[in-house]
Amino acid sequence: MSFIDLKGTLKPLTALKQFGRKPHTLKEVPFVPLEAADRYRGFHYNDIEKCIGCGNCATICQNQAIDMVPVEGIEGHKGDSGLRPRIDHGRCCWCGLCVDVCPTSSLSLTKDYLYVSDDPDSFLWMPGVDNPDGKERKAFTGTPETSLNDFQRVPMPELEGMERVKSFAEVVLGYNEEQARAEASRCISCGLCTEACPDHMHIPEYINAIARGNDADAVRIIYDNNPLPEMCGKVCTRRCEEVCAIAHRGEPIAIRWLKRYATETARNADIIREIVNPEIKEPNGYKVGIIGAGPSGLTVAYYLALRGFDCTIYEANPKAGGMTMYGIPKYRFPEESLDKQIEYIQKIGVKIHFNTKVGKDIPFKEIYEKYDAVFIGVGFPKPWTLGVEGEDLEGSIQAVNFLYEINNGKQVDVGDKVIVIGGGNVAIDAARVSRRLGAEVTILYRRRVQDMPADWEEIEGAEQEGVHIIPQAIPVKFHGDEKGHVKAVEYLKAEMVPDEKGGRPRPVPIEGSNTIIEATAVLGAIGQQGDYSFLEGVFAERIKIERGRFVVNEKQQTSDPKVFAGGDAANRTADAISAIADGYRAVKGIEEMLVGTGKDV
Amino acid sequence: MREKATTLYLGPQHPGITGNMMIRLKVKGDTIVQATTEVGYLHRAFEKLAERRNWLQSFTLMCRFCVPEPDPVEESYARAVETLEGREVPERAKYIRVLVLELARIASYMLWYGGQAGSLGLYTIGQWSVGDRNYILDLFEELTGGRVYHMYIWPGGVRRDLPMGFEEKVLKTMDYLEKRLDDYEDLMFDNAIFRKRTIGVGIIDPEKAIEWGVVGPPLRGCGIQHDVRIDEPYEVYDQLDFEVPTEEGCDIWARANVRRREIRQSIRIIRQVIDKMPKGEFYNKIPNPHKWRLPKGDAYVRTEAVRGEVGMYIASDGSEHPRRVHFRGAAYVHAVTLLEDLLVGENVADVSAIMNSLGTCPPEIER
Repeated sequence: MSFIDLKGTLKPLTALKQFGRKPHTLKEVPFVPLEAADRYRGFHYNDIEKCIGCGNCATICQNQAIDMVPVEGIEGHKGDSGLRPRIDHGRCCWCGLCVDVCPTSSLSLTKDYLYVSDDPDSFLWMPGVDNPDGKERKAFTGTPETSLNDFQRVPMPELEGMERVKSFAEVVLGYNEEQARAEASRCISCGLCTEACPDHMHIPEYINAIARGNDADAVRIIYDNNPLPEMCGKVCTRRCEEVCAIAHRGEPIAIRWLKRYATETARNADIIREIVNPEIKEPNGYKVGIIGAGPSGLTVAYYLALRGFDCTIYEANPKAGGMTMYGIPKYRFPEESLDKQIEYIQKIGVKIHFNTKVGKDIPFKEIYEKYDAVFIGVGFPKPWTLGVEGEDLEGSIQAVNFLYEINNGKQVDVGDKVIVIGGGNVAIDAARVSRRLGAEVTILYRRRVQDMPADWEEIEGAEQEGVHIIPQAIPVKFHGDEKGHVKAVEYLKAEMVPDEKGGRPRPVPIEGSNTIIEATAVLGAIGQQGDYSFLEGVFAERIKIERGRFVVNEKQQTSDPKVFAGGDAANRTADAISAIADGYRAVKGIEEMLVGTGKDV
Repeated sequence: MREKATTLYLGPQHPGITGNMMIRLKVKGDTIVQATTEVGYLHRAFEKLAERRNWLQSFTLMCRFCVPEPDPVEESYARAVETLEGREVPERAKYIRVLVLELARIASYMLWYGGQAGSLGLYTIGQWSVGDRNYILDLFEELTGGRVYHMYIWPGGVRRDLPMGFEEKVLKTMDYLEKRLDDYEDLMFDNAIFRKRTIGVGIIDPEKAIEWGVVGPPLRGCGIQHDVRIDEPYEVYDQLDFEVPTEEGCDIWARANVRRREIRQSIRIIRQVIDKMPKGEFYNKIPNPHKWRLPKGDAYVRTEAVRGEVGMYIASDGSEHPRRVHFRGAAYVHAVTLLEDLLVGENVADVSAIMNSLGTCPPEIER
């Protein structure tokens, strides 16, 4: 068979018609490269201002081409590690996963693809810092639709608004196992939350344990530096969630609810002990006296007891927990939940003397002399007063005292029209409790609703329950009836004036805008202060107090080396988790002071 | 006179344009009496690496199994993961996947044109086809952000939606390519040299082909119709109208003709896909990749890649990482076992033409 024929010989000559055709790959001969496509995956660009240094890009990079390194001019702060990605373009495989996992969408890939150098080190550069012009050439960018972050929070089941006001039943129902696993799986483990938590709890670690279905591990990790986790799981102010990387484009991980889920799996004190199974050291002979069984005092007692110290708490009230027991309403934090945690702490060997008010039932001096170290965690029991006319009328009650009575199981008659003054969590609590007592409730707050220091969830909850909020209202006078009982509140409308110094806008009353609303009770909730009357004689001089708070060093030590202080009476943030953090620092301080210098162990 | 056999080493530097592998030939004169393949120059342990990476990170390794056809491997991995997890893929994503897979098929065949012709000394055709392949790579660049490694088909769908006006560009490119295919055929299939060098060369015994597990164009060049897209349709192939060409010759010529006709079928598929593509979602979002765990179990999926049927096996122990990823490529059978058998009795000068006709891909053999 012959393959050679005329057609087969001549046909290849048709190739000549392509002679002189322009090549496609070059724009111009000899060498002007083509412009890359709009989605091209070229060198990285990072918006340095937008980046929070979470390191998610470095975690996903399967070539380990990304390091997180400090940058000049970028200071780390809460919610920003201060680190920025540096990319080894010699290792990068241009998959762009770093872009798709970036929670802030600061990282993108550009159209730039040409870089020639004989210096191998020069392939290592920081996008955005070393190529600021990349901003104009961004190509492969992250969008919410293509992002690999999970922006939607698993909704928390709650009682319906009008159902809630019928009783003091807990409003938040808690995640079930499936919901908790799903919510925990959203976490990218960046650890920005750990930095923001006053107590630096190991948040990514316990969330990871929950996500893997290992709740007991989660509980153990949580108890590492927080002895009241179920309380935090229910009512923490959660600074962690404010800085959550996912919150930049979505809803933050429900860190608080996950902690709640994990700790609720341990149903009673015995189970907690079984799970945590703490190592309790041999008694070392040191005795520590603690004033106040609030979060800070309990923390000190728990961790010192584990370290072999003999701890005794003096508590003025019949129950432990401090403000978390007497200040927080039971629909947020049920009593049995607190009881089980206190019981566990007592089982570890902490002694609590209830109904023992230092300064009244026992002098401070006695405690000071009896113990090797003293910790003061007395909190802020005394409410601030408004200083307006008629404040001492009957029916004008301090919200803290009101909540104390209610939480103590007493009845308080507030009538059917309650006015609450203030915008913090105490104000909202007092309002919601009053709703549960059957009253119509109005909150007067001098700034705008968005300025309220209370949790937005609390504000929302109050509104759902029918609490009426009048913002920009400054009370000027309480009117009384002939029996000396409050019957109305007169307030002035305020307008918000921008602060010249750049602070938040100030409310300025509008003259003549006086409005009077009826009231059967007025609850004042504009803040509390300390009561240090128990410090008598030499102690009042020796232990320094400034602006209503103890002066402490980084180990919570006061100006008397033997005395430590924490909680609201020593920090400005005045929440439970800060109190626990103070307690944890004091534990280290006390241990260092005693074991480091004193008797033989 | 007794002839003495000489040992000849072919490779490892790219015999043909297939990739790095070596063939040790024993030749008597120009005739091969024994061939032994030696591979191991491109081993990158992707299957093992996948066990250290999480389910999503592993996806970026898949395209690197085989340089000229990254997409079928991506597709196999994505579909295996979806099968194991029971994850639904949006209809639009399925169409986009088929579009990408068929574009990849054409791009890969364009490269094959260059290899097949180039191995016989016909270099012009290679320059044309590789040049025209760039039009498809341009499309890929616009769609996926990458020209060669697309990393585009991932578990749950595809990574990005089609850009504005992409469909028109695809159709325009298809029209252009269709015209160019005529030129190629003039230059290659009507070429007396090509016919002389390929007809009756590298003949595979059809029975042996089935027994040994030969797939793809080499099998269809033996007159046996076998194509996963028809036999076990995945994505939306069952809604598309196309033919699977077969040839009877069992030689290089037959295999080349199968491929020549397949390109035209791929163009036909792409036109239908563009026509039928529904609107809607393109991605059924996976959970947070760092904590994405697949249920315990395993899955095996088959895909019709360019060089034949490939299989992806994945096993999960319920953790964030694959327990095992195994890829069954076509090239191992073709270029290791079959090649050794096929080369015996052939001329030394035909070795690289035979390798190319079998779809040899050393990176895919070793992974």
